[in-house]
Amino acid sequence: MLFYRGLTATNVTLTGDNGTPITAYVARPEGDGPFPAVVLVHHLPGWSELYIEMTRKFAHNGYIAICANLYERAGEGHPDDVAAKVRADGGIADAQMVGDTAAAVAWARAQPGHNGKVGIFGSCSGGRHAFIYACTKTDVDACVDLWGGRVVMGKEELNAKTPVSPVEMTKSLCCPLLGIFGNEDRAPSPEQVDQHEAELKAQGKSYEFHRYDGAGHGIFYYHRPLYRVEQALDGWSKVFAFFGKHLAG
Amino acid sequence: MCTSIVEIAPADGMAKGEKEWFPVTRSVVAYDHARHALLGDVITLDFINSDLPPGARAAVELTLESAKALRAALDKAIAEAEVEEAERADSIARQKLAAARRKVRARVEA
Repeated sequence: MLFYRGLTATNVTLTGDNGTPITAYVARPEGDGPFPAVVLVHHLPGWSELYIEMTRKFAHNGYIAICANLYERAGEGHPDDVAAKVRADGGIADAQMVGDTAAAVAWARAQPGHNGKVGIFGSCSGGRHAFIYACTKTDVDACVDLWGGRVVMGKEELNAKTPVSPVEMTKSLCCPLLGIFGNEDRAPSPEQVDQHEAELKAQGKSYEFHRYDGAGHGIFYYHRPLYRVEQALDGWSKVFAFFGKHLAG
Repeated sequence: MCTSIVEIAPADGMAKGEKEWFPVTRSVVAYDHARHALLGDVITLDFINSDLPPGARAAVELTLESAKALRAALDKAIAEAEVEEAERADSIARQKLAAARRKVRARVEA
């Protein structure tokens, strides 16, 4: 194999929540496999170029990867504008996200050359969503939550779209969890990360949390001032070690 | 941050989007990480039309200080506008009263 693996990438149409067609960007490594799979759950800024690049990053590292557009129902347009429209409508429902993400997991599991293991990965709202998914369904084998805000929610924050504080779902977590957080973040705050960690311990769940000083939210976002190169490089190594351990065939 | 700091207000007016003006239905004020400004967290203002495609949007990202200055400017302009509107309403009411009096006088004289 050449040092740099080839890959193919394209868009596919999934049957999302309630039978709604949604688009997903997919990438797979060159070769017959077997390959593990990663389902990426995009962040609050939407189905952004960063997530499309990260989808290819996983393929480059030997994973079948898929990232569904959870905001597709808001219409076509620049991801920034679509995300703004979703925000103006109060965000998407957690239940709808689970339905859409289940379609992405099913797609991954149906791919030729798949090794039977699926990881779920998300940052920001996507970290929260990835955790909710891993607590709601049982078809993922490892979960990565990067600085997911509102995993710990106050009662006043709950509504029809987000009816349950995700931390309350911890007892149903179906797989090992990796969390990466910046100690200067306020959403989630270090205190909220403490609360989540205490609940994981109380429920006897397998998890590892890495908490970085000198970093806040969005540590990996290389195109934003939030980027922290040292913490990001270390964080990515933690992600690949975690998935390497739990998604091996 | 990945905050839940979002305020949504109904809006009636027009905004300039990428290419043209469009009627707005909502103003959305949020505080979250910037998407474009090379800043950490920002106040984001979105003027959108929920009934049109996502491109019907006029947006700005401002530092907290800039947003405070904007708020002060808005407060000042709105206060002055309300004085002017009150004066206009008063003037119209006085004109209507004068017209009514003229009508009554004309009837009496007839």
